[in-house]
Amino acid sequence: MATAMSESSGREERSGGTDDTAVLSFEEVDVRFKTEFGSVHAVKGVSLDVKPGEVVAVVGESGSGKSVTSMTAMRLLPGNARIEGHVTVTGTSVGEIAERKMRKMRGNNIAMIFQEPMTALNPVLTIGSQLTESMELHGIAVGKDADKRAVELLEMVGIPEPERRVKQYPHELSGGQRQRVVIAIAISCDPKVIIADEPTTALDVTVQADILDLLRSLKDKLDTGILLITHNMGVVADMADRVAVMFKGELVEQGTAQSVLTDPQHDYTKMLLGSVPRLGSGRGQMGISVREELDESADLAIDLKNLVIEYQRLGKSPFRAVDDVTFNVRQGEIVGLVGESGSGKSTIGRCALGLIPAASGEFRLLGEDLLSLKKAELKALRKRIGVIFQDPAASLNPRMPIGECIAEPLVVHKVGDKASQTNKVYELLDAVQLPREVYNRYPHEVSGGQRQRISVARALTLDPELLVADEPTSALDVSVQARVLKIFSELQAEYKFACLFVSHDLSVIDLLAHKVVVLQDGKVVEHGSRTEVLGDPQKEYTKRLIAAAPVPDPREQRKRREERHELLRSLGDDITELKIDADQFHRAHAMSTDNDRA
Amino acid sequence: MADTSSGSAGDRPEQDRPDAPGSGREELSPVTGQADPEAPHDEADVESKYSVEKQLDFTQKSYSQNQLVLRRFFRHKGAMIGLVTLLGVTILAYSSIGTAAFPGWWDKSYRSSAMVVDGGRPTLSLFPPTWGEYPFGQETTGKDYFALTMRGTQQSLLVAFSVGIGSTIIGVTVGALAGFYRGRVEAVLMRATDLFIVIPLLVLAATMSKGLGGGIWGISFVLSILVWTGLARLVRGEVLSLREREFVTAAEAIGTPSSRIIFKHILPNTIGTIIVSATLTIAVAILLETALSFLGFGIQPPDSSLGQLISTYQTAFQTRPWLFWWPGIMILAIALSVNFIGDGLRDAFDPRQSRSED
Repeated sequence: MATAMSESSGREERSGGTDDTAVLSFEEVDVRFKTEFGSVHAVKGVSLDVKPGEVVAVVGESGSGKSVTSMTAMRLLPGNARIEGHVTVTGTSVGEIAERKMRKMRGNNIAMIFQEPMTALNPVLTIGSQLTESMELHGIAVGKDADKRAVELLEMVGIPEPERRVKQYPHELSGGQRQRVVIAIAISCDPKVIIADEPTTALDVTVQADILDLLRSLKDKLDTGILLITHNMGVVADMADRVAVMFKGELVEQGTAQSVLTDPQHDYTKMLLGSVPRLGSGRGQMGISVREELDESADLAIDLKNLVIEYQRLGKSPFRAVDDVTFNVRQGEIVGLVGESGSGKSTIGRCALGLIPAASGEFRLLGEDLLSLKKAELKALRKRIGVIFQDPAASLNPRMPIGECIAEPLVVHKVGDKASQTNKVYELLDAVQLPREVYNRYPHEVSGGQRQRISVARALTLDPELLVADEPTSALDVSVQARVLKIFSELQAEYKFACLFVSHDLSVIDLLAHKVVVLQDGKVVEHGSRTEVLGDPQKEYTKRLIAAAPVPDPREQRKRREERHELLRSLGDDITELKIDADQFHRAHAMSTDNDRA
Repeated sequence: MADTSSGSAGDRPEQDRPDAPGSGREELSPVTGQADPEAPHDEADVESKYSVEKQLDFTQKSYSQNQLVLRRFFRHKGAMIGLVTLLGVTILAYSSIGTAAFPGWWDKSYRSSAMVVDGGRPTLSLFPPTWGEYPFGQETTGKDYFALTMRGTQQSLLVAFSVGIGSTIIGVTVGALAGFYRGRVEAVLMRATDLFIVIPLLVLAATMSKGLGGGIWGISFVLSILVWTGLARLVRGEVLSLREREFVTAAEAIGTPSSRIIFKHILPNTIGTIIVSATLTIAVAILLETALSFLGFGIQPPDSSLGQLISTYQTAFQTRPWLFWWPGIMILAIALSVNFIGDGLRDAFDPRQSRSED
């Protein structure tokens, strides 16, 4: 508490000297888009302020208009948008100035950090040239000076060997490093306010924690205002000073992070927070219950022994995605497969579906040896396995009516006649709580969560003994995720299928799984029952994973953050922060602009 | 806001519609405290009220993807003008002189010669609008040029559409097989495609159609087996990307056989490419047939085609320009309108979707 006190008083001192006026303010901003089917009212009169050194989080689910609101400040909305109201950036109303002047403002006064660092960086330009571009455009530094500054910036955001990195291309860096480069570009012109649009959504949880540390030290040291757009309540609790909650274009609640997250007033905020699964709270959240009693002598649905899966590469030795993995799944049991990207968790899921071959080891699926099956036998085996993929928009054929999508397994395996197939589809639609009328509709006519429920229905069409679920809820909004998980757990209790649940989200695994397998770089780090692995992790990697997952309560999250920093220090790691002296940074920036003018 | 007050329900998105009065949720704004706290309040309704999921409205018309495409197509001005022109030309060509199966309303035949009247000048005039005896004039031997042009148009359209259909079937088959099976199948099929591309098209078409006797079906066949290459490459590319999509993996994972995956899951998703390419092939085929006939390797007299008419009377351009203009205008009208239709279809299948939600 003492450190927090001194921190806040320190900031008051600094900002007291300058001024406390907002660097970014929205006044009754209203946006409409003209589309083929009439106009869409995306933002309905939003007013919001961001002060220097303050993080304001805008939270909301898809379609809430949070990104559109922030884009009005950059004036980067497409041509069919009609904007009303005032947006003021560092005292200038962006709605009224000429395009040339607006270009000067972008980067210089207001900068942006994007969601997906791979697409935000140009793949054919070196890191260095992308860093110098904005500095040269805005006359901050030119030529050799700019190159030198680019190296400094990379060092500030904590990229090792910056001299070497400036000559590299985006694909040579890891996801977290790429996002650091995007942050370096954003601060290169010392903007007063930064818009961070879902800056950590595409990143792994441990990398997310580092990037959030970096952003936090950025606003503390440089006194930059940050407008943070996110759907993740944990990130909000970790970063935000104030929170604005948006729903369908309207700002429904605004206040300090503490008050909004711990004592929400509006029904929507209450519902939203109620549907966030919390790590460590275990079972029983959101009315989701899982059958706990397990038959320890049940047959094995999946039995892996020393499984190795390799991807062939041209001209190089094969890449080992899964290396010597051993675990099993019993009938009626949910096993959570956890790990970060590149851990091989999805690869194991795909191997279980017979989509990729194994290089060596043993894979017994429902009692059959998967690796020695003939084509016809494999087809017979597939009848007993269901599958749910991550992205419901991609896993349903856009040109097939929903009813046909669900009936597809019955048609392929020639089960029943037309009438009985239709009846089965109606039965399944009831089970996933969708109206029967969607039978003749197309996937694009329903929204994400409804589509994922269709995927669930399709997976259960043949009453499978085993279900492989590959990140089934990570593409969904939290309130929608809660509903899908609830339906899933009810169906599991009813049909008692075994399930291999692949996920990166520990809190979802905590909610559903009986056993947990933690993977890293294709190897099993730790496995055991849920309470053992998540409650009392033994291995360093598991501890890191659990420590990095944010919880949606600012006070608790601060405690967790400090614990995590302690853990990192004890493991001999550095805490990520912006490695600069603020005065020096501002002075260097001011000097270079003065030189430019002179 | 004229559209919010008078717009029909179908044109407005969900969130703009006011709640029904008396439903217990007629708050004008979701900001709390604006409604009477004493009013009946439905607690169980909170979840559905604040759901970001679409409220499924089954009273509204359902649009399948194909219907959406058609809707966009019929709103495309250029395509509509093209479609009307093409239909007009087709109806005119077939109804005027008829075919072997049915007689037309025009009394003269393109085969019989007659006395040349007024140097063969066209009798068609706009002021005052009169049709006259020989609207498009007469050629050297006194044959009615209107009938000849109509016959030529019929033949050209026939060639164009049969080439369009034939080359599409070949192109789609080759492209789909190569894209789906990869490996050796792909290598053989795509090298064969390359082979067809490097052969000079007109030379081969000329020699082959000569060998087949120069009939209209011969020409259609020859052109069909020569112009499918572009479509085959396009379809292969589409199939390559589609077979990596998750819904194909999902189909594979439930044990769907390959033929069903190709016909039920992959090809319906390439229909846009196929239709657009087929339309543009039709335009190309018209021009190719014209070129072949012009060079003397196409349709032979006494039968007529537009290219052959131009070729026959190219020397008359100075003295009797109408012998050149009429077939020229027909070629232009057909090729342009088909191209417009193709453009419209492409826009309809691939609208540059603008960002409307975040």
